[in-house]
Amino acid sequence: MRSEPVVQVQALVKRYGGKTAVDGLDLVARAGVTAVLGPNGAGKTTTVETCEGYRRPDAGTVRVLGLDPVRESAALRPRIGVMLQSGGVYSGARADEMLRHMARLHAHPLDVDALIERLGLGSCGRTSYRRLSGGQQQRLALAMAVVGRPELVFLDEPTAGLDPQARRATWDLVRDLRADGVSVILTTHYMDEAEQLADDVAIIDAGKVIAQGSPEELCRGGAENTLRFTGRPGLDVGSLLKALPADCSAAELTPGSYRVSGKVDPQLLATVTSWCAQHGVMPEKISVERHSLEDVFLELTGKELRS
Amino acid sequence: MTATGTYAPKPGAAPLPRMIGTQAALETRMLLRNGEQLLLTVIIPTLLLVLFSSVDIVDTGAGEPVDFLAPGILALAVMSTAFTGQAIATGFERRYGVLKRLASSPLPRWALMTAKTASVLVTEVLQVVLLTVIAFALGWSPHGNPLAVLLLLVLGTAAFSGLGLLMAGTLKAEATLAAANLVFLLLLIGGGVIVPLDKFPAGVQDVLALLPVSALSDGLRDVLQHGAAMPWGDAGILAAWAVVGLAAAGKFFRWE
Repeated sequence: MRSEPVVQVQALVKRYGGKTAVDGLDLVARAGVTAVLGPNGAGKTTTVETCEGYRRPDAGTVRVLGLDPVRESAALRPRIGVMLQSGGVYSGARADEMLRHMARLHAHPLDVDALIERLGLGSCGRTSYRRLSGGQQQRLALAMAVVGRPELVFLDEPTAGLDPQARRATWDLVRDLRADGVSVILTTHYMDEAEQLADDVAIIDAGKVIAQGSPEELCRGGAENTLRFTGRPGLDVGSLLKALPADCSAAELTPGSYRVSGKVDPQLLATVTSWCAQHGVMPEKISVERHSLEDVFLELTGKELRS
Repeated sequence: MTATGTYAPKPGAAPLPRMIGTQAALETRMLLRNGEQLLLTVIIPTLLLVLFSSVDIVDTGAGEPVDFLAPGILALAVMSTAFTGQAIATGFERRYGVLKRLASSPLPRWALMTAKTASVLVTEVLQVVLLTVIAFALGWSPHGNPLAVLLLLVLGTAAFSGLGLLMAGTLKAEATLAAANLVFLLLLIGGGVIVPLDKFPAGVQDVLALLPVSALSDGLRDVLQHGAAMPWGDAGILAAWAVVGLAAAGKFFRWE
């Protein structure tokens, strides 16, 4: 499962004028779908564009499919597919015309008609790019990224501003790419997108990767979880707290509704239920809440993502 | 819905001739589809040729007005495509990320520039055919060596392309749009296209004669109107502009 890295970034630094956009970033992405998650201005696009060969690192090394994206660009470009955050199409070109053009630049492109059908671009008809809706423009950019049958696809915020249906269609395509062995690096500031699609998530903040792992690992590891139960009101919370490990907290939120916070594992659950047994309490509605990626993100960065 | 393996990687660049051919074809279609570009490259030169040949507005010297005007209008056509049209189109391609997107496609940069040049040349051929037919209908009787004409047109294209790309690659798209149109207008008036340079004061004439459009229209006129052999002076001016313009464009062009 864990194969050779498709992207390897080491100690990447990129500055624009006096501003440091990427500040010693390390990132390893392997086959599958890797989501690069972070608030606006975290350095996601700069990192991805450095991998695509658009930007020369000020320091550090970048290898994509084992190649240097700047020096070995000619060998790399046919093997990757790129979806820019916006633009990239002649304003007077029709969607199918541009997609056919991109296909002709590749040796073994996908069937363009099938791709048009798949992404619902058939309705664009003879409309020129500048008159397409934002969603149509996004889907065309996505189609252009995959039409050359690349090994690795970079998608920069592929669903930003899409309606739910178009978003779903994009997700489905990403899943199909993954199933057919195409690796995907996508940037997003949507938590659910990363949770739904990614094998691996890298959280970027202020130009650095501050956490990386599968969505499950990130949600489990280190993050505080919550155990809730209901019982009769007025239980001795202090006595419960003594039974718990030192880094846990317990509280009666509303009469009869209790919350235990901390590293919730099977041992903790057993401790709570045995305390209840000792005190003749029948814990009803006992539940363990796993933290979402969003909680993890907030804990790590103290920032709202969708800013 | 999708059979397994549809997206299985099978990367590869298309053969270079196919990439350049398809890119040149697309660029040409974009140009011919654009109304403003057609106005500049086809309608204005045609109107000027017809109007000034049939109505005696400017004193074009001895002989048929069309014999004076046709070479100038051919020079104008080259300028409109290689300089004005190419500058505006490329400026907006840069602005809308087209150049950026193509830069990560298998198409090499030099191949993109080759395709752009091919597209300019195809457009010029169409312009020259159209304007020549119209000029003949107006009684044009050209002289001279077609090879000398061809060489002048190619040198003129190189000179104007360098200047157009320099502008497109350094200024903002809107600034390029405004400046390219302004330059077109100024050179149309002051570049010996429809107004003979000897209508200007002597000191001004010498400066104006060094402009690329003056060199091109003067050179074409020497050959086509007066049957001269290769006008090396004008060819030299064009070559100098081409070297300076293309070198500067190569050095200062910014892709994003």
